[in-house]
Amino acid sequence: MARRGTSEINAGSMADIAFLLLIFFLVTTTMDQDTGIQVQLPPSELPDDPPDIPERNLFEIVVNANNDMLVEDEYMEIEDLREAAKAFIDNNGEGSCTYCNGNQDPKSSDKPNEAILSIALDNSTTYDMYITIRNELNAAYRELREDLSQTLYGKPYNDLSEDERKDIEAKYPLVISEPKPLQS
Amino acid sequence: MSHIKKKKTKETPAVSTASLPDIVFMLLFFFMVATTMREVTLKVSQDKPQATQITKVERKDLTAYIYVGKPLNEVLYGSEPRIQLDQQLATVDEIQEWVVSTRSEINEKERTKFTVSIKADGMVKMGLIQDIKEQLQEAQAYIVNYSTIRATSDENMFEGNLQR
Repeated sequence: MARRGTSEINAGSMADIAFLLLIFFLVTTTMDQDTGIQVQLPPSELPDDPPDIPERNLFEIVVNANNDMLVEDEYMEIEDLREAAKAFIDNNGEGSCTYCNGNQDPKSSDKPNEAILSIALDNSTTYDMYITIRNELNAAYRELREDLSQTLYGKPYNDLSEDERKDIEAKYPLVISEPKPLQS
Repeated sequence: MSHIKKKKTKETPAVSTASLPDIVFMLLFFFMVATTMREVTLKVSQDKPQATQITKVERKDLTAYIYVGKPLNEVLYGSEPRIQLDQQLATVDEIQEWVVSTRSEINEKERTKFTVSIKADGMVKMGLIQDIKEQLQEAQAYIVNYSTIRATSDENMFEGNLQR
C-alpha cells in the first residue's frame, strides 16, 4: 500500500498573483511628495493701534502685475533679493547686536529682532512670483541662522537641539508682513 | 532490451523561474510602501511652482487640501482659475464652512495642528490666493502650507518659475 504524502502546493501561480498586485500598485501610485512653504497666518482682527515702525526697520518689497519687483523703491532682479534681504536683516544699525556682521548702515534695520519684511503684491501678480519671493526670504533667514549656528555652536543648524534652535530662531526671528494686494 | 536508455541529444535546461515570485514580491512591496493613493480626482490644472526652502507635511491626517487652478474641463467651467474642495469645484465663500467641517473630523487634542495645504497652479493670480487666505483667517485656520515642487537648484527654480 503506497502512502500518499501531502502533495506540495503548486506555487507556480504565485508569480501571477504578485504581478497582478504589482501592476495595480504601479497604476495607482503617485510619487506625490507633500512638500511646500509653511507659513503662519496672522489673526484676521487687526490690533486697534498698529505699532509705529520706523521706516528703516521695514524692508519693502513691491511687485506689480507684470512681476516686476521694487525693493526699497529700487528695481531689483529676483536673483539679488536674497543678498539684499540678508544685508538688511543683518545690518545692525543700532550697534547692539553682538552676533551680526552687517555694515551698520543708518538707513537700514536697527537689529534683526526689529527688522520686518513686507511683501506688497498686486492682485495680478502670479503665484509663481510670490512663492519665489517667499522662498528667497526664507532662504535669507536660513542662511543667517546657519552662519550663526556655526559661530555659536560649531555645527550645522539641522544638528542643533530643540533649545539651541529656539535660541537661534529668537536671534533671527522671521517676520513677514503681507498687506492686502493692490487692485489693478 | 536495456533498461537504461541513452539520451541522444543533450537539451539545454530551461531557465529556472522559481525566483521570479521573489523578485516580483520585492517590487510589489516597494510600490506598496512608496505609494500614496490619490484621494481626489483633480478637476483643475496643477503646474505647481518650484522652491528650495521647503517643509514636509508631516501629518497627512491633519491636513486639508485646497486645489486651485484652471478647470480642466474648460467647455463646462470656463478658463478662469477655480477652487476645488474635495471632489467639487467651489467658490471662495464655501471655504470657511468647508474648513470648519473638515476640522471637526479631527481629534480635539490635535486640532491646533490642523494645516491647510494650498495646491495652486503657478499661473494663478495672487488676488484669488489672497481671497483664500482671508477665508482661512476667518475660519481660524492659521497654519498654511503652500505646496511646491522641490527644485534641484536655485537657478532651476528661477527659470522654472519665472520664464513661463
